[in-house]
Amino acid sequence: MKTRKWPNFLFKQGGMYPYYESDWSVLPPEANRRFNPAFNMATIKQVVNEAIERVRMPTPMRLRDLIRQIRAARTAAEERSVVNKECAYIRSTFREEDSVWRNIAKLLYIQMLGYPAHFGQLECLKLIASSRFTDKRIGYLGAMLLLDERQDVHLLITNCLKNDLNSTTQFIVGLALCTLGAIASPEMARDLAGEVERLMKSPNAYIRKKASLCAFRIIKRVPDLMEIFLPATRSLLSEKNHGVLITGVTLITEMCENSPDTLEHFKRIVPNLVRILKNLILAGYSPEHDVSGVSDPFLQVKILKLLRVLGVNDVEASEAMNDILAQVATNTETSKNVGNTILYETVLSIMDIKSEGGLRVLAVNILGRFLLNNDKNIRYVALNTLLKTVHVDTSAVQRHRSTILECLKDPDISIRKRAMELSFALVNSQNITAMMKELLVFLEKSDAEFKAHCSSSIVLSAERYAPDKRWHLDTLLNVLVASGNYMRDDVISSTIQLISESVEQQGYVTAKLYRALAEDLHDRQPLTQVAVWAIGEFGDSLVQDVVDGIEPPNVDDVIELYQKLLWSTQNSVITKQYTLMSLTKLSTRFNNTSKIQQIISSFCSSLHIELQQRGVEYSQLFGKYSHLRPALLERMPQMEANRQTDYQSNGDVSDNEVSPQRTANSESVTLLDLLGGPDDNADLDIIMQPKSQPTSNGNNQDLLDLLGLNPLPAPLADADNNVDRILDNNINNLMPEINTRNSNFLNDGLFGDEGTINETDVPELTAYDKNGLTVMFSLVRLPNSDNMTINVTSTNHTQMEITDFLLQVAVPRTFQLQVLSPSGTTMQPNGKVTQVLKIVNTSRNLLKMKVRLSYTSEGSSIQDQVDVNHFPPDIWD
Amino acid sequence: MQFMLLFSRQGKLRLQKWYVAHPDKVKKKITRELITTILARKPKMCSFLEWKELKIVYKRYASLYFCCAIEQCDNELLTLEIIHRYVELLDKYFGSVCELDIIFNFEKAYFILDELLLGGEVQETSKKNVLKAIAAQDLLQEDEAVEGALRDIGLL
Repeated sequence: MKTRKWPNFLFKQGGMYPYYESDWSVLPPEANRRFNPAFNMATIKQVVNEAIERVRMPTPMRLRDLIRQIRAARTAAEERSVVNKECAYIRSTFREEDSVWRNIAKLLYIQMLGYPAHFGQLECLKLIASSRFTDKRIGYLGAMLLLDERQDVHLLITNCLKNDLNSTTQFIVGLALCTLGAIASPEMARDLAGEVERLMKSPNAYIRKKASLCAFRIIKRVPDLMEIFLPATRSLLSEKNHGVLITGVTLITEMCENSPDTLEHFKRIVPNLVRILKNLILAGYSPEHDVSGVSDPFLQVKILKLLRVLGVNDVEASEAMNDILAQVATNTETSKNVGNTILYETVLSIMDIKSEGGLRVLAVNILGRFLLNNDKNIRYVALNTLLKTVHVDTSAVQRHRSTILECLKDPDISIRKRAMELSFALVNSQNITAMMKELLVFLEKSDAEFKAHCSSSIVLSAERYAPDKRWHLDTLLNVLVASGNYMRDDVISSTIQLISESVEQQGYVTAKLYRALAEDLHDRQPLTQVAVWAIGEFGDSLVQDVVDGIEPPNVDDVIELYQKLLWSTQNSVITKQYTLMSLTKLSTRFNNTSKIQQIISSFCSSLHIELQQRGVEYSQLFGKYSHLRPALLERMPQMEANRQTDYQSNGDVSDNEVSPQRTANSESVTLLDLLGGPDDNADLDIIMQPKSQPTSNGNNQDLLDLLGLNPLPAPLADADNNVDRILDNNINNLMPEINTRNSNFLNDGLFGDEGTINETDVPELTAYDKNGLTVMFSLVRLPNSDNMTINVTSTNHTQMEITDFLLQVAVPRTFQLQVLSPSGTTMQPNGKVTQVLKIVNTSRNLLKMKVRLSYTSEGSSIQDQVDVNHFPPDIWD
Repeated sequence: MQFMLLFSRQGKLRLQKWYVAHPDKVKKKITRELITTILARKPKMCSFLEWKELKIVYKRYASLYFCCAIEQCDNELLTLEIIHRYVELLDKYFGSVCELDIIFNFEKAYFILDELLLGGEVQETSKKNVLKAIAAQDLLQEDEAVEGALRDIGLL
């Protein structure tokens, strides 16, 4: 095209140009009639070249400029102003006839940017009505973009279309058909169906194919009009031209889907279709229709689809196509997407028609091969198709189970999703153990968005196909561990229910749950909730029975774990409620209750009202009402609910579960008043943030106000009782715990040799020593001054790295405290962090201090708090 | 096929062809939603997505995304072939096509598409025939232009 210098018409008579059929690029020398050497050749050449350039550089300068301007706009507002200016200009120049098509071109560009351009509709019609092809071409393009079947200028455009459908220029007819195919409204379709039908019989293939698709579109809009086209349709299949063939097949497919009668009518063409398809496969290489070694895949796919429509539920028709489907399935080159496209369509057809068993196996095997394909798109369609066919022929799909399971590891998320759905569809009582192994691995590694769906599906499958209770419980346990927090609530209750039902397995499950919990304290609310429920119920067997040859944990370890759970900031309030309830229950299962009591009473001052209430009420069970405790905290009766029913039953279960707590609650509601209400106890959580700047006094007031109150939690009133028990047990073990309480005067006296209080002349003391972490204070005081500097040295004696170490300190209001930045937040094993505290004591009171520590070790974050009250009393002297 | 969209990596629409009637507002909404969804997808992901009742097939060629919406019963792999065929045609016509060709000659891109598809279905499976039809129509335009120009200088 671009090499041609002289337009044909210079050498021809004007009129119609049959370019399409003839080879347009060859200049027939005998057509050189108009050429007149008398003209100045140079002038003519220049004028002609300029004219051609205007077309070849198809966007006229003004449009190019506009596009450039819009592209240069840096902000949306700038772009808008360019567009608005241009729209105004276009409106004003629509009246000048010769600029119309340029304006429409501009408008179409503006419309694509998302601006309204409907005011150009009538101008489009003007262009369409023009006699020039150039005008019509852009006019119809504009009509297709600016109008659609809901516009009311239809009467006008219908007339234009009718004229152009009768044009003698094939391209004008083509434009009209194309436009009708794009924007045919029902009225337009009715008005022009006759014209289209006439054009379907045109001798010109270019027009025939366009008319067929136009008919396709008309039938889609107005199914009643189908009858008109029926006679002209059948002959389309005897064509050689692939364009006419493919449009004919498309039209017939639409007709068949449209009415059962027509479907019956076209059953006769199955042999024709089979023949066309066979010719396509067997014909040698034809460059015109070849796509990477496959002959016209577009046509093949359309024919396969029509065969499917004709063969559904029809044994006879299906039989007629069995052979050709087998042939396509075995002969198609599969190294490229095209080949697989055809195979894919073939498989769909084989699955839908009444095909032979062997052919179906072949089809499923093709999909199996697809699953191994490198192309992710092909793997995707394979999984999708298998998912559709799995209910028809499960056993054939089962054979590809391992490949499907492999797809669970696919890098593409949509493929993984399909593979997961398909895997669950394949689970049955024979393969459940093997499948679940894979699916649990998948669950563990999968993205958050899959976990809820996957865990619920595993629970459902396990419920349906579990070989035994032990396996079922193990599976649920694994789900709890693997899915973290991404789990539907029903899994928690149904797991608890199952544990409650499975009397023989309770000890085993509790031990497993305990181990899973102890292994990793990370944020996993569902696991924690189920685990503490089970431990609370069956804690006695947990610390006695040997499970799987592993020694039971000792009581102190269990309680320490509870303490960590309750202190962890990651655990939700609900989890902490479960944990508190469970811990209370453990007080009747374990023979060591003092530590439990201590932990529970620490919640008497929790900032969270529900936890505080539990703390206070459960504490009552250790005091005045301790005789009620064993009876109140008995094991839950075995839950009776129908498995595999609905969530209703699960709801009942959780109701049962909380009922003892409720009774306990109501019993002790009045006690709360006696205890003085929550306000008095609310100070425990008030701690100053360490800052490198001295904290302002005003800031401290409120904090220290609360700190100054510092009352004892009520249950500690029976301290005698407490000490007795402590003496019964391992004293050293409990030492640091005792320091955390305010009521440690007695204990300090008892265990004074353990601490540093007696060594008043050495200005160094241990503020904290627990879990391998020590915090030493060394006190330096300038003589005759109110100022004291405390050099804090924290040492990590564990084998693990401690990270995110944070030390927070609060002092009563009579002191001024300045906390300097620490030397770091990370401690290697045996590493140290130092920090300087500066204290001004004008009143010379006894120094008291609250210290809160938080740090992360082995991935779990730990928080602890101590009161440091054992400063040497003579330090200020 | 229900519609075809061409858009750039920056999310700018370059071409839109609708084979179903929607109000402009709906068209804009669909376009916006699809562009965002597709641009957010990673190259490792497959070319298909399920979107409402439709299947979306898209493919990226250089800086341009070609995106088609097809019905449930349509063959998505074949749609990829149709997209590829369209790209080949653009490439042949413009001579190693780039995004700028389509921006500045968007009407040509529409003309080519209209010779490949009609009413959302393939009308011609031979590349040669499509290009021949386009070239012949371009010629008609050129002839009209030259005729007009010669008339202006009084030669005709």
